[in-house]
Amino acid sequence: MSQLPFLSVSGLTCERDERILFESLDFTLSVGEILQVSGPNGAGKTTLMRVIAGLSLDFRGQINWCNQPVEDDRPGFQSSLLYMGHQPGVKSTMTPEENLQWAMGLHRSLTREEIWGALEKVKLRGYEDVPCYQLSAGQNRRVALARLFLAKQKLWILDEPFTAIDKLGVAELEQTLVDHASSGGLVMMTTHHEMNVDYSGFRQLVLGEKQ
Amino acid sequence: MKWTFFHRMSSPKWFYDFSGKCLPWVGVLALGCIATGLTWGLLFTPPDYLQGNSYRIIFLHVPSASLAMTVYVGLAITAGIGYIWKIKLADMAVSCLAPIGASFCALALITGSIWGKPTWGTWWVWDARLTSMLILLFLYLGLVALREAFDSKETASRACAILAMVGLVNIPIIKFSVDWWNTLHQGATIKMTERPSMALEMLVPLLVSIAGFYLFCLFVFLLRLRAEIISREQRTSWVRSLLGAKS
Amino acid sequence: MSVSQGVMVVLRRDLHLAFRNRGDLINPLIFFMLVATLFPLGVGPDPDTLLVMGGGVIWVSALLANLLAMDSLFRSDFEDGSLEQLMLGPQPLWMIAMAKVISHWLVTGLPLTLLSPVLAIMFGLPVTALPAIVATLLLGTPLLSLIGAIGAGLTVGLRKGGILLSLLTLPLYIPVLIIGTGGIDAAVSEMVWSGHLMWQGVLLVLGVTFAPLAISASLRVSISG
Repeated sequence: MSQLPFLSVSGLTCERDERILFESLDFTLSVGEILQVSGPNGAGKTTLMRVIAGLSLDFRGQINWCNQPVEDDRPGFQSSLLYMGHQPGVKSTMTPEENLQWAMGLHRSLTREEIWGALEKVKLRGYEDVPCYQLSAGQNRRVALARLFLAKQKLWILDEPFTAIDKLGVAELEQTLVDHASSGGLVMMTTHHEMNVDYSGFRQLVLGEKQ
Repeated sequence: MKWTFFHRMSSPKWFYDFSGKCLPWVGVLALGCIATGLTWGLLFTPPDYLQGNSYRIIFLHVPSASLAMTVYVGLAITAGIGYIWKIKLADMAVSCLAPIGASFCALALITGSIWGKPTWGTWWVWDARLTSMLILLFLYLGLVALREAFDSKETASRACAILAMVGLVNIPIIKFSVDWWNTLHQGATIKMTERPSMALEMLVPLLVSIAGFYLFCLFVFLLRLRAEIISREQRTSWVRSLLGAKS
Repeated sequence: MSVSQGVMVVLRRDLHLAFRNRGDLINPLIFFMLVATLFPLGVGPDPDTLLVMGGGVIWVSALLANLLAMDSLFRSDFEDGSLEQLMLGPQPLWMIAMAKVISHWLVTGLPLTLLSPVLAIMFGLPVTALPAIVATLLLGTPLLSLIGAIGAGLTVGLRKGGILLSLLTLPLYIPVLIIGTGGIDAAVSEMVWSGHLMWQGVLLVLGVTFAPLAISASLRVSISG
């Protein structure tokens, strides 16, 4: 496919228990862009992320990946998707290395050096074989974030990735997102944190303004 | 082929209006049929030559048992429709049907048990039919419990739809295996006396009674479904105007 | 990355996790023995009674032990967010579900089956019936895992899933129980029991065909809710 991948959403309406969270939402996300979804608590940010990732079924409207409805080719869409939700998805009885091994193992097989390199980048080198229940909340989040360095997926959907991360870590993470976007990736994220990035592809989508 | 009728019917508002018009008729017909069937059956048919008067419970038992099974099949089909075509109304119908079916199933079991005492001399035998009915009751209760367990009604309906479809696939298997189990352990049970065929004077009131029960079931179903529609659609404008007009 | 490789990753991971929490591995087996022990204590140790009951007791205990382990099949993955990751992998969800069911069977159904001859001897069942016991459990327990996983998928999002899970699942287990015990009874009374085995095979094929779809549908509902 010569066409660059992009995500387009049209007429997205989401109701939860008879309450309309957002209505007729239209936006596109192209290569090189970082989209920050913001809005007050309860505006439906997480729901929007889950709807687009394909976890939530309560929605009407159309989500297209490369001009093709996502429900037509879910495995294809999911193989280019990296999603990180509120829960980091880190198994507490396994070590960081094992966690990464299986989490990315669904997408491709990894060498030990790659994993160690990713752990190095999130400052967890030396903790490879410590079970995750001995790590702090922030360190657990970092284990999950190490996936970003191993991912070959184009589209990143990150829900509150900065939770429990220290200041320095946040700055590095912002840089990682910019690097990914500028090398042909797409990022969609939520955060309450003020994004401190100077990047031309950075955009914001504010939910819950109409009320 | 256009599915306009299908779609129109699946709109909660249309259905609410339409069922409002039908409801009194269904209710009156149900009352008429049940009253006729039961008075005829209980007072005016001759006693059975084998069972005497105790057989008269069939005018309650047979309609309940038949409904218990029909409602499950209806429920599972509705669930399938709702699940595949994502029709809200079908989801709501599933939630309404489960308690109704459970009630009829319980009624069938209780009347069966009362019938069993004079006929077999015991309240309960592990007869194939009774056992299958008991399992059906458990399937119903599982559905009701699952529906109650979820906070979100929409998730509850979807979960119930899946369970109902799984149940529908399983029912023939359960039925077959219970029958087979029963023949295997024949010595332990008392064989039901098989009547060759029912006399016409008993059959006609029975059929009237069955029709009455089906109509009554439809009546209760419509009542519940209407209540469910109002409760789920309370934020929509048509329900607001409806409620506003009344208060 | 092929699909089967992804399935193998999930299977290996689940087995790995099971062996890391050894308690979870052994507890269902202890439970299996314990439940079976309660029956002679409840009805008396008369060998004739035990002989009649034996097959049924083994099956009921296996069924309960299987159910006990079922609640945790998706729960810990659901709570720490791993289930979302599994669902969003490039593999179809039913394959992931299948991998999880296989791993569940490998750590509960299979050990139960291997342990069943011990119980059979304790209940005084004839040695000639042992192959029937092992064979019916070998074919029956995967089906229990498959059916149970549907219920586990439906109840995983609920805070108190455990008792509801048994309520939903036990009625669906009945055919497996009937055919399994029927096979053992036939073997005990020295009749042909291959027919029962074939029926179990039929049910297993049906289960393998339909259950993964139902499991993945139920997981989608639970995750979405």
